Amino acid sequence: MTTLGLAPVFLIIVPLTAAFLAVVAPWPRVLVIGAVPLMLALTVALVMSVWRDGPISIAIGGWQAPLGIELAAGGLAASFLATTTVVMTIIVLVALPAFGNRHGETRTGWAFWPLAFMMWAALNAVFLSGDLFNIYVAIEFLTLATLALVALEGKAGTIEAAMRYAIFALFGSLAYLLGVVLLYAAHGTLDLDLLAAATKGDSASLVGAALITAGLAAKTALFPFHAWLPPAHAGAPAPASAMLSALVPKASFFVLVQFWFVVMPEAAGPLFVQLIGVLGAAAILYGSLLAIRQTRLKRLIAYSTVAQIGYLFLVFPLAGGDSAAQPWSAGAWTGAMLQAIAHALAKGAMFLAAGLVVEAAGHDRLSAVHGLARTMPITAFTFALSSVTLMGLPPSGGFVAKYLMLTSAFASGQIVWALVILTGGLLAAAYLFRVLAPTFLRSAKARADIGAVRQALPLTLAATSILLGLLSAQPFEFLQIGRPQAATGGLQ
Amino acid sequence: MTVALPLLILATALVPCVLTFFLPEHRIKLRNGLNLGGALVKLGLVVFLLVEVARGRVYDASLELAPGLVLLLRIDALALLFVTLSTMLWLLTTIYAIAYFDGRPNLSRFFGFFSLCVFSTTGIAFSGTLLTFFLFYELLTLATWPLVVHKGNAASIRAGRRYLTYTMLGSAVLFAGIIWLESLTGPAAFTEPPDLSAIDPWVLRAIFVLLVGGLGVKAALIGLHGWLPAAMVAPAPVSALLHAVAVVKAGAFGIVRVVYDVFGIGLVDAIGMTLPLALVASATIFYGSLRALAQTEVKRLLAYSTVSQVSYIVLGAALLSPFGTIGGLIHLVHQGLMKITLFFCAGIFDERAGVHAIRELDGMGPKMPVTSVAFSIGALGMIGLPPLAGFVSKWYLGIGALDAGQGWVVVVLAGSSLLNAAYFLPVLYRIWFREAGTNAKNAARERPIALIAPPLVTAAAALGAGLFAAFAYSPLGWATLIVERQYTP
Repeated sequence: MTTLGLAPVFLIIVPLTAAFLAVVAPWPRVLVIGAVPLMLALTVALVMSVWRDGPISIAIGGWQAPLGIELAAGGLAASFLATTTVVMTIIVLVALPAFGNRHGETRTGWAFWPLAFMMWAALNAVFLSGDLFNIYVAIEFLTLATLALVALEGKAGTIEAAMRYAIFALFGSLAYLLGVVLLYAAHGTLDLDLLAAATKGDSASLVGAALITAGLAAKTALFPFHAWLPPAHAGAPAPASAMLSALVPKASFFVLVQFWFVVMPEAAGPLFVQLIGVLGAAAILYGSLLAIRQTRLKRLIAYSTVAQIGYLFLVFPLAGGDSAAQPWSAGAWTGAMLQAIAHALAKGAMFLAAGLVVEAAGHDRLSAVHGLARTMPITAFTFALSSVTLMGLPPSGGFVAKYLMLTSAFASGQIVWALVILTGGLLAAAYLFRVLAPTFLRSAKARADIGAVRQALPLTLAATSILLGLLSAQPFEFLQIGRPQAATGGLQ
Repeated sequence: MTVALPLLILATALVPCVLTFFLPEHRIKLRNGLNLGGALVKLGLVVFLLVEVARGRVYDASLELAPGLVLLLRIDALALLFVTLSTMLWLLTTIYAIAYFDGRPNLSRFFGFFSLCVFSTTGIAFSGTLLTFFLFYELLTLATWPLVVHKGNAASIRAGRRYLTYTMLGSAVLFAGIIWLESLTGPAAFTEPPDLSAIDPWVLRAIFVLLVGGLGVKAALIGLHGWLPAAMVAPAPVSALLHAVAVVKAGAFGIVRVVYDVFGIGLVDAIGMTLPLALVASATIFYGSLRALAQTEVKRLLAYSTVSQVSYIVLGAALLSPFGTIGGLIHLVHQGLMKITLFFCAGIFDERAGVHAIRELDGMGPKMPVTSVAFSIGALGMIGLPPLAGFVSKWYLGIGALDAGQGWVVVVLAGSSLLNAAYFLPVLYRIWFREAGTNAKNAARERPIALIAPPLVTAAAALGAGLFAAFAYSPLGWATLIVERQYTP
C-alpha cells in the first residue's frame, strides 16, 4: 500500500500529533505552518482517490472487520472531511495572531492549540470510522475538546454554559453507548456494513436505534435538545465558536445519516421520519424567531445555527423511509448534505468575522456592527456573503441545497416541508438583515485596527460557500460516490 | 463566439463592479473611467448584437449546477429589447451620477453596487430558464438594497427594510411557483416551453398566480407596490435608473416571459387568467394615477406615476392580440425613456434649486429652461400626447384591446390619460406660468453639462421614438419583430 493510500490514517494521526506537540512544545506558529499544508495535501489525496477509484476502506494493521479497526470513506465522508480541512485551516490562521503570542503566554493561549488540534483529529476520526464503537470514541474526544473550548474564557457565564453542555453531552453519550451495546448484544458486530446486513428490524435493533438517535440528536442540538447550544457557542472565543458551530454538529449529524441511510434504512418508518421532520421544522422556526430577538451578535449567530441545523433533519422525511426508493430522494439527500457543507463554510466565516468585529469594538452588542461597511468593509462583505448562503439566496451553496430539497418536497407532495423551508429563508433574512442594515449607518465609532489579511481570511470561506453553489455539479456527483441508494440524478 | 458573447456582455458590467469595490475613494478618474468604459464597450457590443439578432441569430451559453438546475443565458430579440434600453440608460445615468455625486463620500461602494445592478438587469434579460431568471432577479434585490440605504441615515435604513420585506416575500412566492412548476415538468426553458397540457388547470392557475404574484411585487402591481414610494429616499440616480427602469421593469419583463414563454398566451387565455390579469393591471393603472393626484412631493408623484405606467406593460401582455403585445413591449422602452427623464430632472431641481415639494416648482421654467423643457417633454409623453412615445404605446394598446375583443380596456386607457393629464398638467402650469417662488429665485445655474445633458438626450429619445416609430430599429419596429417571431414560430 502506498503512502497516499494511507492518507486517511494520517488525516487522524497528524492533528493528533500536533495536539500532543502543542502541549509539550507550545510553538503554535511552527505547528500550524507544519500541520496545515500537510493536512491540505492529505485531504487532496483522499478526495482524488475517492473521486477516481470510488469508496476506500483500510483495515489497520491488516486485521479485517469485525476484529480490526477499519477506516472507510465514501463521497459523503470525504466531502465532510474536506470541508473540515478548509474551515479548520482558515480558523487556525485567523486564531494565530490572537492565541499565538508566546510572550504574552496565557492560559487561553496555551490551552487553545492542543484543543483545536484534538478537535480536528476527532472530527476526522468520526468521518473516517467504519464501526459504531470507534465512532463513539471519536465523538467522546470531540465532546471533551468542545467542553474545554467552551469553558476556555473561564468566566462564570462560560463555565455555566460548559456545564449545561456537559449535561446534554453526557446524556447523549450514555444513550448512544447503550444503543451500541444493545446492537452488539443482538448482532455481535459493530461494523457498519456488517450491521447493515445483519439487522432485520428486530426489537433489540429498534430500541438500540432509538437510543442512538436520541443521543446523537442531543449532540447535534436538534430541537428540543438545543438549549445548550446558544450559550456555549456564543460564550467560547470566536475561533472556537466557529469550530463549534460550523463543524461539531455536522459530526454527530454525519453519524445519524450513516446510521439511518446505511445501517438501518428499512427501520425508518413513516412515523419516525415525520417526527424527525417535525423536530427539524420546529428548530428552523423556533431558532430563527429567537435569533430575531437577540441583542448580542454572537448569540444571534448561535441561534441561527439552531435554525440551520433544522434543515439537515428534513432529509429524513424527504429522503428517508418510504421516500428512499423514490426518484426525488437523491435530490433531497444531496440537498441536505450540501446544506451541511454550505452552512459549515458560511457559519465558520460569520463567527470568525464576528470575532474580528468584537475584537475591534470591544463588546458584542449588535451596535458593534454600526458603520462597518465603511470602517471594516472586508468584514462587512464577509457578513453579506455568508448571509446570502444562510438565507439560501442564489447563487450560493445554500440556494442549491434548498432548491434540491424544495423540489423533492413538491415532487413528493410534502408541501408542508416546502413551506417550512421557504419561511425559514424569510426568517433568516429577517435576523440577518438586523446585522447587515446597521453596517450602512453613518454613525461609526472609532475602533481598533484589524489587518486586511486577517479580515480577508474569513472572506475566503464565505466566498467558497457561494462558489459551492455556482460549481455544485461536481460536489453533487462526488456526494453520490458510495451512496447506498443509487442516485437517479435528481429530477429530470 | 456564440458562447462568449453573452458572457462578454455580462463581464462589461461585472468587471467594473468588482474592480470598483477595491478602488480607494480618491481614485476618482480611474473609477469614472472604469464605469464609463464598461458602459461604452457594452453599448458597442449591443449595437453589434442588434444587427446580428435582426438577421435571425441566437446566442446562448449554459452552465449546469446540480442536476436539473441549469443556468442558461440566451440572447433573443426580446432580451435585446430590455438590454438595449438598460445599456443606453446605464451610460447616461453613469454620466449623470458622476456629476451628481461629485465630491460626496462612499462612491466606490456606490458605483460598485450600481454596476452590480446593471449586471443583474442584463442577466435578467438574458435568462433562458426560469431559474436563471430567478437567480439574477434575487441578485438585483440584494444589489439595489445598499443603494436604497446609501445615505446611511435612519430614514433610509427604514425604507431599506420596507423594500426588503416586500421584495423578499415576493421572491419567496415566485420561488415557490417556480419549484412547483419544475417539480411537475422539469426545468422550464423559455425556448422549449414545458408541456403543461397534462396538468390540472387549477394547479396551473395556482402556479400562475404564484409566479405573477411574486413578480408583481417588483412590477408594483396594486397592493404590492408599497415599497416603491418608500424607496424614493434613495439618491436621484438610483431612483432614475433602478426604480424607474431596472427593478420595476424586471418584474414586468418577468411577467411577459411567464405569459409568453412559460405558459404561452394561448394557455393563459384557456385557463381564464388573461382577464383577471388585465383587470389587476387596469386597477393598478387607475390606483397609481389616483394616488399620484394626491401627492405633494415631486419624487413621490413620479413614484406613483411609475406604479401606474408599468402596468401598461402587464396590460399589454394580458391582451390576446399581437397589437396589444406590441403596445406592452414598446411601453417597456417608452416608459423607461420618459420616466428616467422626469427623474433626472427632479434630481436637478433638487440639486440646483432645493426643490422637493411640487409647489416649490413655481416659476421654474424661465430660471432653469433646459431642465424644464426636458421635464415637460417627459410629462407630456406620459400623458400620451402625439407625437411623443407615450402616444404610440397607448395607440397600440388600444388597437390590441379592440382586436382582442376587450373594448373596456379602451375606456381604461382614455380614463388613465385624463388622470395623467390631471396630475402632470398642474405641475407644468406651475413650472411655466406661475410667478417665480423662493426656490426659483434662488435657483443656481444649470450646470455642469454632465448633469444637464442626460435628461435632454432621453427627452430627445422619447420624442424620436414617437416621431420615427416606423423605422426598423425603433422600439416599435423591434417589438414588431419580436411579436412576429412569437406569433409565427
